[in-house]
Parts: sequence; structure tokens; C-alpha cells
Amino acid sequence: MKDKSLVSITDFNKDQYLRILEIAADFEKNPNQKLLNNHVVASLFFEPSTRTRLSFETAANRLGARVIGFSDSGSTSVKKGESLKDTIIMVSGYADIIVMRHPREGAARWASEVSSVPVINAGDGANQHPTQCLLDMYSIMQTQGTLDNLNIAFVGDLKYGRTVHSLVQAMCNFNANFHLVSPEELKLPSSSKMHIKNSNLSYTQYTELGDIIPVADIIYMTRIQKERFSDPLEYEKVKNSYVLTKSMLEGCKPNMKILHPLPRINEISEDVDETPQAFYFKQAENGVYVRQALLAAIAGVK
Amino acid sequence: MNKEQRHLNVTAIENGTVIDHIPANNVFKVLHILNLENNKNQVLFGDNLDSRKYGKKGLIKVSNTFFEGNEINKIALVAPTATFIEIKNFNVVTKKQVEVPDQIKSIVKCFNPNCISNVENVPSRFTVVDKENMKLLCHYCEKITARNNIVFF
Repeated sequence: MKDKSLVSITDFNKDQYLRILEIAADFEKNPNQKLLNNHVVASLFFEPSTRTRLSFETAANRLGARVIGFSDSGSTSVKKGESLKDTIIMVSGYADIIVMRHPREGAARWASEVSSVPVINAGDGANQHPTQCLLDMYSIMQTQGTLDNLNIAFVGDLKYGRTVHSLVQAMCNFNANFHLVSPEELKLPSSSKMHIKNSNLSYTQYTELGDIIPVADIIYMTRIQKERFSDPLEYEKVKNSYVLTKSMLEGCKPNMKILHPLPRINEISEDVDETPQAFYFKQAENGVYVRQALLAAIAGVK
Repeated sequence: MNKEQRHLNVTAIENGTVIDHIPANNVFKVLHILNLENNKNQVLFGDNLDSRKYGKKGLIKVSNTFFEGNEINKIALVAPTATFIEIKNFNVVTKKQVEVPDQIKSIVKCFNPNCISNVENVPSRFTVVDKENMKLLCHYCEKITARNNIVFF
């Protein structure tokens, strides 16, 4: 993986996913390893982010790298009309690795083509967010002991949720059984369903959250966003129908864990936080180890 | 229509290429895609001509100009039925059919307004994922531009 950009989850293969997860487990045991002492990591956030930026910068710091960059393009030459291409060419002359988030879809792919150093996509519009996908896989592995043959339930906005699309694609490599719970207007896009079918796997669609509680090994919750609905009445109808509460968890499998890419609004009730099923905060922490693993692998030191 | 009348519609050329069986009303798109607007040779074209095969068709004749395979395939999106007929000394030398290419570059716009290729000066690039129904997967935003929302530069 040395010097390889990571733009889409499909840029890596199954062996490479597993290798990253293995390195991440090592960093979780021993997070402070100064392997990138002589490296500069550019953290270019053209739009705001909390978890992704902070965990990337934490990862770089724990590896001993220096971090340059910005957390808002308002204070840069982008404001003066500089093209993304020019910004990336310039920064690739300063840094050894570029981590970037951008509001436009395809921005990271374009950046990886003009940059002389590897680019890690930290989110390009509604398109891809591969490092989130890797940390989701890491969390699944950690809680289930395996990635193979699991019942994974995705709940909420399956149409626009980029983390859902990437994770579905990635888990098609591990013989997953997919359970899809969403309102009619937010069903998984046909391109993702095609991916499942092409892998000779199956999926079941539900509209009731309660139906999947007894079968799921993983429940992957997502936020339903008001702006996704053309009709505000439709939003009002469904907004409270996919809320997970503590009392609903009765009868779940003992190994079941709840994941969520965060931020959550009301879709997981706070009384769930204290249950053994809640894993979303640990999942966010795992983001640091997985990003350490990626930085180290791409720098060629692991 | 007899043979004599047919000849009157568009005159013959000595050396060059005849592009026949262009779907009616797509002649101007073909002229544009092949950059014949800037060709210095004689360019003759007709639209809504009678065709035994298709009812109506378009046709282009361009002197002293010959096309390579990748140029021919550029017009697959607007004229998949077209034939390129090479003429030398008033005689037909070869006939080439258009084939839908695997990759399409810089001809079509991505339909997604939030795609980087529509915002910055990025040459568009697609993989043809379905040749029959013309579904184009954008190399950048990874969304599919389908036949009904194809827009040419």
C-alpha cells in the first residue's frame, strides 16, 4: 500500500482491508509509536468536520508526524478563487501525505491525479468516505471476532448515507447477510443492491425496525435528515419511526452491537448508551487506530 | 426516388470519407464531435434524407480527411448506427462501423451538478458500464449518467 492513494473503498482489495485492520489492532495496543518522525501530513478540510479531522490529526500526532493544514477553506486562497488543482499541486510540494475533505463529489479522485504524494479521501460530498468504512469494519471485527457470515442490519437513510454504500460494498467480500430497514423514500439505491446481487449474496428489506432486532449481529444506525425529503409531511411521518430505545433491545442476540457513524440526533435514545450493545463511541475512538494504520501503511513504515 | 435524383442530393467526392446512416437530426452533433466545424476541406452534409433502412437519416461527406478507430468511436453516443466509408479515386476502399468504446473522455458532461468535473477545469471521464442502454459511470463522482441525461460539451 506504500504511496497508494485511498479515494474509494474499492481502491483496496480484501487482503488490503485485512492488513489495515491487523495494523490498527497493533496501534490500539500501543498507540504512541513515533514511526513518522520525519513526515509532514497535510490536513485539508475544505468543509467542516469534527470526528474525521480530529481523529486524523490525533493519528498523525501519535505517530510523531507534523500536521499542517486548515479546517475551513475560508481562511485560504480558495477564497481568492484558486483552483483545487493548484492548491493540491502546491501542498504536495510541502507535505508527504495529503488528507482531504471536500464538498464536491470526485474532488479526492481529481486531487489524487494531480498530486505528487498520496491522497487519502476524508469525504468527498455525498460520494465516498473510505476511512469511515475501514473503521466500521474494524469495529465489526472487534465485536464479533470475525467479518465473515454476519447478519448486518442497516437502519434509516440508506439512500443518501455514503457510509452505508461503502460498507455494503466492502462487506460483500465477507459473505454478509444484509437486512435493510428504511422508509420507502430512503431505500438503498439500485447500484448498491446490484453490488450485493453480483456477489451472489442476499438482502431483505423491512420497514419496521423491530423485525431485525432478534436476527442482527450488527445494527448500523444512521440519521434521517430533514433536507432529504421533498415533502415535509413525509419527514414528519417517518422521523420517529426509526428510533432505537433500550426497551426494544430485549430479545436481541447476546453478541449484537449497535454502530452509528455519528453525529446522532434522536435515532438512538440516550438510555441505550448504558447498555452492553452500545458501541458507537468506542467505534469513533477506533477511527484513530485505523487512521494510524492507514498513514503508516501508505508511508511504507508498516 | 431514382438513382439520378439520389445523386443530385449530395455530390460525390474524389478522396475522403462519407459518414452514412447518421440518425436524423444528429448530424450537427456529429460535425461538432468530429471537429468538422474547423476542417479546412470541403464538407458537405445533409439531414432528413430518405433512407431505405431507417426512414430518415443524416449524411456527411468530407474531402481529404480520414478517421482513426478512436475518432470513429467518439460518435457512438449520437450515431451508433453510422458507417464510415473511405473513398479514394471515387471508389469505396473500406467501410467501418462505429463501436461503443469502453471509456469516454471529454465529450459528455457528467449529469451531477456537484461533480468536480462540472465545477473545475477537469476533463470528464466515464466508463461505459452498459453499452446497450448507454450507462456511463463517472470516473470522479462515481454516479451514473444515463442516456436520457447525456449532455455534450
